[in-house]
Amino acid sequence: MKILVLLSQVPDTTARIAFTNNDTQYDGNGVTFIMNPYDEWYALVRALELKEAKGSGSVTTITVGGADTEATIRKGLAIGADDAVRIDAQPSDAMLVAELIASWAKDKSFDLVLAGKETIDHNSGVVGAMVAELLDMPYVPLASKLDVNGDAATIERDVPGGVEVLEVKLPFALSAAKGMAEQRIPNMRGIMAARTKPLQVVAAGAISNAASTVKFELPPAKGAVKMIPADEAGKLIELLHTEAKVI
Amino acid sequence: MSTIAFIDTRGDKLPKAAQEAVTYASQLAGGPITAITFGDAKGLEALGANGAKKVIVARGVKTIDSQQLTKLVCDVAAAEGATTIVCVHDATGKAVAPRVAARLKAGLVAGATGLPEGIRFRRNVFSGKARAWVEVSSAVKVISLSPNSIAIANNGGSAAVEEFTGDLGAARITVKELRKAGSGVPLPEAELVVSAGRGMKGPEHWAPVEELAQLLGAATACSRPVADMHWRPHHEHVGQTGVAIRPNLYIAIGISGAIQHLAGVNQSKVICVINKDPEAPFFKAADYGIVGDAFEVLPKLIEAAKKLNAER
Repeated sequence: MKILVLLSQVPDTTARIAFTNNDTQYDGNGVTFIMNPYDEWYALVRALELKEAKGSGSVTTITVGGADTEATIRKGLAIGADDAVRIDAQPSDAMLVAELIASWAKDKSFDLVLAGKETIDHNSGVVGAMVAELLDMPYVPLASKLDVNGDAATIERDVPGGVEVLEVKLPFALSAAKGMAEQRIPNMRGIMAARTKPLQVVAAGAISNAASTVKFELPPAKGAVKMIPADEAGKLIELLHTEAKVI
Repeated sequence: MSTIAFIDTRGDKLPKAAQEAVTYASQLAGGPITAITFGDAKGLEALGANGAKKVIVARGVKTIDSQQLTKLVCDVAAAEGATTIVCVHDATGKAVAPRVAARLKAGLVAGATGLPEGIRFRRNVFSGKARAWVEVSSAVKVISLSPNSIAIANNGGSAAVEEFTGDLGAARITVKELRKAGSGVPLPEAELVVSAGRGMKGPEHWAPVEELAQLLGAATACSRPVADMHWRPHHEHVGQTGVAIRPNLYIAIGISGAIQHLAGVNQSKVICVINKDPEAPFFKAADYGIVGDAFEVLPKLIEAAKKLNAER
């Protein structure tokens, strides 16, 4: 079974949010970048578990980004991926990223394409679906459980009011959400092995952007919190009715 | 130039998100639009009140097979000469909108939070800690709309319902089972949410949380530790790794407000925080705050809610 995992590099969850270049770019100055948690904890780790359970197959990661993403890519190899691909382009738009990934993957016969549910910076959650479309694969967003049995897979996902159990034939793509797997910390052997695992750098073809982010801004500052003494707590309900007018 | 809206209308009544998408599409178009849906949905005529002149329904599609649904949307878009395609940024739309965009080489705005200003659409990024303005340069645009971003129009009227008769191919995804978990308002749809965390000290103490939610007509939610300890079911977990919600009112009881929790709820219009620790970080994100013990504050809120319900 050949598995492709889409990996992104993102600013750390607690990183300062500021913009530069006339508010058109995230200001990464002094910021720690990490592997997108959903790609790492859910998609990559589950891919490795599936390969280990079967005792055969391969896990390849693919990232669209500059040379500054290579430490993150090596971490994926240290966690256990067999090899990695970096497409040398700035991931400025979801469609651009998806087209670059799909054009590399289209003749490689992957059985599974796994993405995290979204990146924690752009929050779009759409690259996996676009790659699936470009590779003509079924796609299941927000999967919380994945088991592969022969040429078919059983997937669970949380839907409003319950859990949906789906069956899909390979090959297919999905986005992984909480429940899929637990975080794995790379051990020293993995870190050493990662140094010599293949990391292929691919030049990006020309892709035109149909949508572009032209400006970032911070949300308007929140007004001061109105404190209500605990022994007059009932007043909160009154205020929500008469002042905030939400109940 | 025409605008269409693709919506998921499964369930016993028309979902709020579907009505919002039809309202949004019709406001973008400046007139009535064509809506597209699938499955056994009933009462689709009522979408006329939200701005649909026609609803095209593919009865044969029983599951979220995003390939069938993508073909459905693209076929209708071609027949209608659509230049703007509106979807909902939910579990269905997140599979269909990007596929449609990729197939039509159309620019996508993923999770628009309102009507555009000029040609720019706004969306949230960095888990609500920033916003981005997106411009689409392609002839066809795909906009997926974040739930609870627009007031539903209710202008009366009735939409014509037509069945889609084209071939969508065989489904490659089958639903084996739907395990229902509880009843009540589904969280992403809820306008009012009462949420509680570790401050409740144990699952046996949830009765007052549920009573308050029931009195207000709110859905119940919880923080991640509470779901992880199985005090509450996982689908109630709101936050970065759980469900992201943007209700009109979010009441957080005994939740300290870690950055990952805030990421899932900071788009709520009004936030009330009840916590016995005055230093809890959640107070910084709150509109109303009470420093106090949940077990002393909750009975007072319940009493006040009963009084309010009796008066109105």
